[in-house]
Amino acid sequence: MITLQDTLLLSGFLFFIGLAGVLVRRNVLVILMSVELMLNAANLALLGFSRNLAEGTGQVLAIFVMTVAAAEAAVGLGLVLAMFRHRGTVDVDRMRGLQG
Amino acid sequence: MSEQSSLLLWLVLLPLLGAIFNGLVGRRLSSRWIGFVGCASVFGSFLLGLVAGRPVFASGGEETALQTVYSWISAGGLNVEVGFRLDALSLVMVLVVSGVGLVIHLYSIGYMHGDEGYGRYFAYLNLFVFAMLTLVLADSLPVLFVGWEGVGLCSYLLIGFWFEDPQKAAAGKKAFIVNRIGDLGFLLGMYLLYSLSGTLHIESLRQAASSGAIGPAAATAACLLLFVGATGKSAQIPLYVWLPDAMAGPTPVSALIHAATMVTAGVYMIARLNFLFALSPDASALVVLVGAFTAFYAATIGLAQNDIKKVLAYSTISQLGYMFVGVGSGYFACGIFHLMTHAFFKACLFLGAGAVIHALEGEQDIRRMGDLRRRLPRTYATFLLATLAIAGFPPLAGFFSKDEILWKVLSSDSQALWAASWVHPLAYALTLAGAALTSFYMFRLVFLVFHGQFRLPAEKHVHPETPIMTWSLMVLAALSVVGGWGGASLLGVHAFEEFLWPVVGEATEKMAALRPFAHSHSAEWLAAGAGVLAALAGWLLAWRFYLGRPGLPERVARATGGLYRLVLNKYYLDEIYDFLVIRPLSALARFFWKVIDVFCIDQIGVNGSARALGWLGQVGRRLQCGDGQVYAFWLVLGGGIVIIYLVVVAGWF
Repeated sequence: MITLQDTLLLSGFLFFIGLAGVLVRRNVLVILMSVELMLNAANLALLGFSRNLAEGTGQVLAIFVMTVAAAEAAVGLGLVLAMFRHRGTVDVDRMRGLQG
Repeated sequence: MSEQSSLLLWLVLLPLLGAIFNGLVGRRLSSRWIGFVGCASVFGSFLLGLVAGRPVFASGGEETALQTVYSWISAGGLNVEVGFRLDALSLVMVLVVSGVGLVIHLYSIGYMHGDEGYGRYFAYLNLFVFAMLTLVLADSLPVLFVGWEGVGLCSYLLIGFWFEDPQKAAAGKKAFIVNRIGDLGFLLGMYLLYSLSGTLHIESLRQAASSGAIGPAAATAACLLLFVGATGKSAQIPLYVWLPDAMAGPTPVSALIHAATMVTAGVYMIARLNFLFALSPDASALVVLVGAFTAFYAATIGLAQNDIKKVLAYSTISQLGYMFVGVGSGYFACGIFHLMTHAFFKACLFLGAGAVIHALEGEQDIRRMGDLRRRLPRTYATFLLATLAIAGFPPLAGFFSKDEILWKVLSSDSQALWAASWVHPLAYALTLAGAALTSFYMFRLVFLVFHGQFRLPAEKHVHPETPIMTWSLMVLAALSVVGGWGGASLLGVHAFEEFLWPVVGEATEKMAALRPFAHSHSAEWLAAGAGVLAALAGWLLAWRFYLGRPGLPERVARATGGLYRLVLNKYYLDEIYDFLVIRPLSALARFFWKVIDVFCIDQIGVNGSARALGWLGQVGRRLQCGDGQVYAFWLVLGGGIVIIYLVVVAGWF
C-alpha cells in the first residue's frame, strides 16, 4: 500500500536532488536535466494528491506540466546549443558577464 | 470735506509716479526733464497739501481729513486699512516734508548736475518723499511702518548712491542694519499694542487708551519698545552710530533725509502716539533722559570733528535730542515746533556745506578751508543766518523753539516712579550745556570755513556759486529767520501750539496735570536769558579760539590730551560696538558658516548621505556576481526562510 506520505517523501526527495543539481552542477545540460527532475517531482506530488483525493484535476495538471516541460526542454536545448556555438563551452561558471 | 479727502491719495502718489517715471525712463531723458519731473511731483504734493489742508487751517487745527483707500489686511480680528489722516500734526509734517523737500530737489538740480546717476538720484529722492508722506499721513501703525521702512530703504539707497566706493556702500549697509535693530523694537511694540487693544488703527488706539483698555504697565512696555524704534530712526543713544557715517551720501540727501525729515520720524511717531506716552510717565522720563544725554553727548563730539558734514551730523543728533526732550516732557507741540525750525536751518546748513564742497570740488576737511566769505558771499550769508538760528540767537527760529523746550523742561517735574525729581533738572542742565556747545561748534565751523586765511593751495580754483543753489539757500535762510515767529511764546504768540492743540492737547494736559507746573512768565524770560547767554558764551569762546588767538585750540588740545583724543575719536563708541557687538556677531556668523553650514549641513548632511549611499552600493554590487546559480541559491534560501516562517512561526499546517 503506497500512502500519500510515501509519495510526498519520494517527491520531496527527488525535488531536492533536482534542486541540488541546479545549484551545484556546472554543465548547463545537467542543470537542464535537474530542472526536469524537479518538474517530475512536482508531478509525482500532484499524482499522489490526485489519488488521495480521488479526483482527476491533479492528473490533468501533471499532463500539462509534462507538455510544458517538453516545450521548455526544446527551448532550453536550443539555448544550450546556441551558447555552445557562441562560447564553445557549456560551463555556467564561465558565464558571469552580467555583474556589478 | 470729501473732495479734500480724496486729494490725500494723490498727494502721496505724485512723488511715487515721479519716482517710477525717472526710474524707468530717466536714463533716456535729458537732465532738464529729469529735474523737472522730480521737482514738479514734489511741488504738486506741496500744493495738494495746501489745498487739502485748507479746512484744517481754517478751523484752527480742529478739522481732520480722512481717506480710506482700500482694505489691506483682513485676517481674523486684524483689520488693516490703508488710510490717510490729515490733521494739524500731519499737515505740519506734510508741508515741511514737501516744502523743504522741494527746495532740496531744486538745489539738487545744481548740485548733482553732470552726475552719471542723475535719473536714478531723482527717482530715489522722489521715492523717499513718497515714503515719508506715507509715514506722516498714515492713520494706522502698519501703514506708518510701511513708510518707516520705505524711508529707511531710500536712506540706504542714497547713502550708498556712489556705490562704487566700498566705504560708501558700507555706510549704507550700516545705516540699514542699525535701523533694523530699532525696527525690531517698533514691531514688537506694535504686536504688544495689538494684543492689548485688538487694533492698530491710531484713532482706535487713542480710544482704547482713554477708555483704560491699555494699562499703565502695558503702556510703559509698548512705549519703551516703540522708543527703541525711534532711537534707531532718529539716531539717539545708543543707536545713533549710523548717522555720522550716513554723510557718505550726496550732500542734498544729508540735508533732506539725514537732517530735515527722515531722522525726525521718531519724534513724529511719539507725537502721533502722544496718548500712549501720556499714559506712561516712566517711559516719557526715559525719553527725556535719552534725549538730553544725546543732545549733550553728540554736541561734545561735534566740538572736535574736522569734516564739515560730520560736524553737522553730530549737530543733527544733538538737535534731535532736544526734540525728544520736548516730546518726552509732554510738550509734543514744542518738539514738533523744534522739528520744523530745525528742518529749516539744518537743511540750510547742509546745503550751505554742500555749496562749499561743490565749490571746492569735494574738499570736506575744514582745516583746509578758510576765508571763503569773500569767494562765496551768498553761501556765507545764508550759512551765518542758519548758524545764528541753530545757536539760538533771538529772534531767529532756533531761539524760539529751543528755548521753549529749555524753559518747559526747567519748569517740569517728573512723576516717574523711579525718578521722582531729578530727571528734569538734569535734563535742563544737559540741554543748556548742549546749547552752549552747539553755539561753540557751529561758530567754530563758520570761523574755520569762512573766516581766517585761505588754507587751500593758492592755485586751487573755487567754483562760483550757481544761481539755483543760491536761491534754495536763500529760501531756507529766510525760513530759518521767520520760521519760529509762529510760536514765539516768549512774546505771547502761541499760534503753532494752538494749531496742534486739538491733536496733542489732551495728552499734554494729562502729563502736565501730573506735575506742579510753574507757568510763570518771569521764569520764561529767565530761561530765555540763560539760553541766550549760553549761545553768547559759545560764540565768544569760538571767536577767541579760532579768530582771536590762533594756536589756542592746539594748546587746549595738548593740555587736555586724553580727553581731547576721546572726543576726537567719538568716545571710541564705534570701536566699543565693534568689540562688543560686531565681533561676537561675526564670530557667531563664522561659526554658523564654518561649523553648521559647511561642516554639518554640507559635509555630514549632503555629502555624508551621498557617501553613505555610495558605500551601500559598493557593498550591494557584490551581490550581483553574474553567476545565475548564486542567484538561485539566494532564491531558494529566501523561499526556505519564508516556508519555515509560515510553518513554524505563523503555524500553518
